[in-house]
Amino acid sequence: MELLGIFYYWVFAVILMIGFYAVIAKRNLIKKLIGLSIFQAAVFLLYITMGKVEGGTAPIFQDGVSLYSNPLPQVLILTAIVVGISTTALGLGIVVRIKEEYGSIEEDEIQERERS
Amino acid sequence: MNTLAHHLPALQVIVPMLSAPLVMLLKPSGLARAAAVAASLFAFVIAIAMTMSVLDGNVYTYRMGSWPAPYGIELTVDRFSALLLLIVTGASTFALLAGRRSIDSDIDESRQPLFYSAWLLALAGLSGIPVAADAFNIFVFMEISSLASYVIIAGGSDRRALPAVFKYLIMGTIGATFYLIGIGLIYLMTGTLNLADMELRIHEVADQKPILVAAGFITIGLALKAAVFPLHVWLPNSYTYAPNPVTVFLAACSTKVSLYLLLRFDFFVFQPNLVNHDTQFTWFLMPLAVLAILIASGVALFEQNIKRLLAYSSIAQIGYILLGASFVTLAGLTASTVHLFNHALAKGALFLAVGCLATQSAGLRLSDLGGIAKRMPWTSAAFIVAGFSLVGVPGTAGFISKWYLITAALEHGSLGIALVAVIVISSLMAVVYIWRIVEAIYFAEPVADQSAIREAPRMMLLITWVAALANLYFGLVPEVPVTLASSAADTLLEHLP
Repeated sequence: MELLGIFYYWVFAVILMIGFYAVIAKRNLIKKLIGLSIFQAAVFLLYITMGKVEGGTAPIFQDGVSLYSNPLPQVLILTAIVVGISTTALGLGIVVRIKEEYGSIEEDEIQERERS
Repeated sequence: MNTLAHHLPALQVIVPMLSAPLVMLLKPSGLARAAAVAASLFAFVIAIAMTMSVLDGNVYTYRMGSWPAPYGIELTVDRFSALLLLIVTGASTFALLAGRRSIDSDIDESRQPLFYSAWLLALAGLSGIPVAADAFNIFVFMEISSLASYVIIAGGSDRRALPAVFKYLIMGTIGATFYLIGIGLIYLMTGTLNLADMELRIHEVADQKPILVAAGFITIGLALKAAVFPLHVWLPNSYTYAPNPVTVFLAACSTKVSLYLLLRFDFFVFQPNLVNHDTQFTWFLMPLAVLAILIASGVALFEQNIKRLLAYSSIAQIGYILLGASFVTLAGLTASTVHLFNHALAKGALFLAVGCLATQSAGLRLSDLGGIAKRMPWTSAAFIVAGFSLVGVPGTAGFISKWYLITAALEHGSLGIALVAVIVISSLMAVVYIWRIVEAIYFAEPVADQSAIREAPRMMLLITWVAALANLYFGLVPEVPVTLASSAADTLLEHLP
């Protein structure tokens, strides 16, 4: 299998790891959430690319066309995008509450204030 | 089957899901509470009705909108899912019935309808996972339940719940996304999302590598959600700082549902199709289970806050459930599924008793609770009964699952004997950490004036005792959970080659 033929999997893997790295390494809660969003976006790409059929057209029935792309992954990922948005929104809501209670969104400062 | 009975699998999810927005609109919070309790109770009744029916040998298959599978969405309820539905709806109902006082003191009157609404969404999501037969629906239900649980955990007045729930949100989302990658890879190879259809079509896949990768992603993702050691770090603080009724609800069922899904997915889809997958499964999960049992019990020995102590004990108990499953034998899986039920009973009753203590005591550290049993004899006695069940004293539900687990381990020769030693050691550790609490509440000198402390509210005490007595009942008459569990183990194993 030549590497370029599956380049979209490489894109998926690289974006996934960038997001994952940010989630783990960043100490700022907002940056963590940004990482989480990138992490989820990578999975959206994985799904959307798998629906493409080479030479296929948009899945709308018409005469003279026999090859269509698969619409199902896009529908699935629409749901997953909604889930992702809700997660991000809820996460940001929690960060706002943390800022109100602790006066900081840096993980180490929060831990410090939690102990005191 | 008559028409209503036919729709039960759909109603199981629809009742709490549609009640959630209605509850939010109800204005005096008492009304919202009553509606939430009614919806949860109704869901419990549906679960009981379906359990009775599957015990008679039925299996529910429900096609949403009458579209045939694999094109339409299918719901199925067999004995394994019925057992889970009982745990989920039962835990929710008990926690809601007992939780009034805690919720009133923890959450503003005006926000209570929102809280109950989120609670019902969590219930809908958690009962959707056992019902759904479609991998993507399961993902959606998993996220509904997770998002709603983040809300109810952070809904209390304790600010320390916020960083805890943030950690849970990050780890839970990573887990769910891993699961999503896994089913994406399977969809890529098989073109189906229906679990039963997936099982058939994986046979036709020539290249097994993506399936193996999918198995890895799904196992890790669900292990994160199920708080399998060492992916458990979100659990102790979330359980400790959540409002008490939420702890009862989630401790009894949320990790169990993920474990259920892990077993179901692995045994239905991967075990029959991947070469040597049973050895991979065993040797991946068994060490983690043993570590979970020993390390988490060890941490519980030194913990001062009793909610956190019980949370660490939960992590150890998840280890027992995995240990049983990692044998990949009938006895092992039976032990594991029975323990799903029995641990939910024991831990639910323990957290209910803790909730009773929390209504009267200022704090939940061992030092705050000195001698409180003199003031709250009934709560303390219920705590002891449930604690016996957690330890596995004969005559309680916990004994039944430990018995099955030890029997299953002994089938494995010298390795089995080592594992029995692990089980016995950790049971002794459980004796010690339960005893530390008992010692504090019965024999320690009170640190502050306790004249204002009274027995917990009557309703709360009643529910706690019902839960505690259920531990004794299912210890003496274990037919129902054992029948459900052994045929669940049968169904899991019949997919194996």
